[in-house]
Amino acid sequence: MKVFQVLKPGFFTTVQDLGRYGYLEYGVPISGAMDAFSHVATNLLVANKPNDACLEITLIGPELQALTQTQVAIAGGDISAKINGQNAPMWQTLDIHEDDVLSFERMKSGCRAYLSVRGGIDTPLVLGSRATYVRGGFGGINGRQLKTGDIIKGFDMSFLKVEYAMPEELLPQFTSQITAHVLLGSQADMFTENGIRTFFSSQFRVTLEADRMGYRLEGPAVEHKAKAEIVSDALLPGAVQVPKNGKPIIVMRDAQTTGGYPKIAVTITPDVSLLGQAKPNDIIELSEVTMREAREKFLENYTLLNNLGKMLVRK
Amino acid sequence: MQTKPYASAKYLPFGDNALFIEFGDTISLEINRRVIALNDAILKDQIDGVEELVPTYRSLLVRYNPLKTTYEHLVLRIKDVEKTLKESPIEAEGRRIVIPIVYGGKYGPDLPYVAQHHGLSEEQVVKLHHEREYRVYMIGFVAGFPYLGEVPDEIAMSRLETPRLKVPAGSVGIAEKQTGIYPCEAPGGWQIIGRTPLRLFNPSQQPPALLRPGDTIRFKPISEKEFKIIEEAVSKGIYSLLSEE
Repeated sequence: MKVFQVLKPGFFTTVQDLGRYGYLEYGVPISGAMDAFSHVATNLLVANKPNDACLEITLIGPELQALTQTQVAIAGGDISAKINGQNAPMWQTLDIHEDDVLSFERMKSGCRAYLSVRGGIDTPLVLGSRATYVRGGFGGINGRQLKTGDIIKGFDMSFLKVEYAMPEELLPQFTSQITAHVLLGSQADMFTENGIRTFFSSQFRVTLEADRMGYRLEGPAVEHKAKAEIVSDALLPGAVQVPKNGKPIIVMRDAQTTGGYPKIAVTITPDVSLLGQAKPNDIIELSEVTMREAREKFLENYTLLNNLGKMLVRK
Repeated sequence: MQTKPYASAKYLPFGDNALFIEFGDTISLEINRRVIALNDAILKDQIDGVEELVPTYRSLLVRYNPLKTTYEHLVLRIKDVEKTLKESPIEAEGRRIVIPIVYGGKYGPDLPYVAQHHGLSEEQVVKLHHEREYRVYMIGFVAGFPYLGEVPDEIAMSRLETPRLKVPAGSVGIAEKQTGIYPCEAPGGWQIIGRTPLRLFNPSQQPPALLRPGDTIRFKPISEKEFKIIEEAVSKGIYSLLSEE
């Protein structure tokens, strides 16, 4: 079923779900929504399943014309949405009629917003997922970002009679200063005490080299003991590696699956999602947690996501 | 650096949902064999909560579901599995696969430089490259890229000083003592000496990659004409892989 025609693609808009799991051994990254929390929320607002495919919008939104009647929701970074030029609120179910034009202003806070369509976006499943992996050229719409003229398809689904909104107290605030909680990494012993101290006590700025693969950070150099290379081993989203120049790189969801720089730390799962809203020039601080604290935060986040559907309020 | 495995494997947490079992810190057959042997044993054991495994040169990453298990519990379970391997630490024999390759010319633009660098003829480089078997140590860099080891010292090469922006799919390169095959067009700094018409990665197939860690491969020199024939058969999906027993 054709749902939208793309009039303008925006800066970098892709189809994403919660990721492609089970193929890391073949070098296939997990991909999926950079901010999983907002992705799940926007799906629940149209009573979709958490893993249904959405559009991930980066900094500048697309312009879409509806080809049918549908319901959508927009969550994530603060990007004023408009339906036929009229302001449309984020974080709630929105009714769309045929020929309506959905457009966006520049993102005011955060980096990524998620547009869900009632029933989910329909693209072919590739290795069990609809997530677009642009570097590999597969998933989503032909393995690439949206372009003008694309047709967004959806599944036929009954309209919701009850419409939902996110309760005020659950709305995330995306600021330009992010604290990410991390566990020490598998090669933390390759850094001097001084290097570890620098890592945890400094502010790092996200450089322009920041995309779905990872963020290069600028800040004081994190000192290695001797060498700054390892025999390559595996990487997962959230890993923080430090090459010879001492400038940390946070690996994100489209990163390659192996790497040869020492890993000083690994970001906990809920904060990988939080980092998905970081944009160039934002400040990142790293805060160490213990294994027990990491586990508590993981379970807390899981419980929140699992109960989010029940916590939505009627519009 | 130790070329031998550590006296006992290191267990290291990796964030809140994964752990590493590290067997050494160098590229060696003995270390990689232990990685693959443990990989296979964990798969066979179907340990509760294990989501997926990533074998690399010298370690195994285990991604787990924190709702089903904990780091501490999993370490104990995997140590039990590891103990059973102590008696026979050798992995099961991997598959043996033949990779057809055209060396030199437009398919291998760095072959003349590799030859000149080592004071060899191009034919000698080709002979040294294809006359031995290679082990797939791991897959990484881009989807389906096999890290193969090891080439003889006589043809080992450092990477290009300035990486190419585009290396064609199928290109076979050398970096230090490793050789590898580009599954898709990608930027890269390996010294390219040839190209295979085989498709190393296809996301619409299951499994998506032609090779997996632990496989043994051999390069078989072919002519340009044969390259074209195989390329067409591959694109039609009618090429059957040569494997040797």
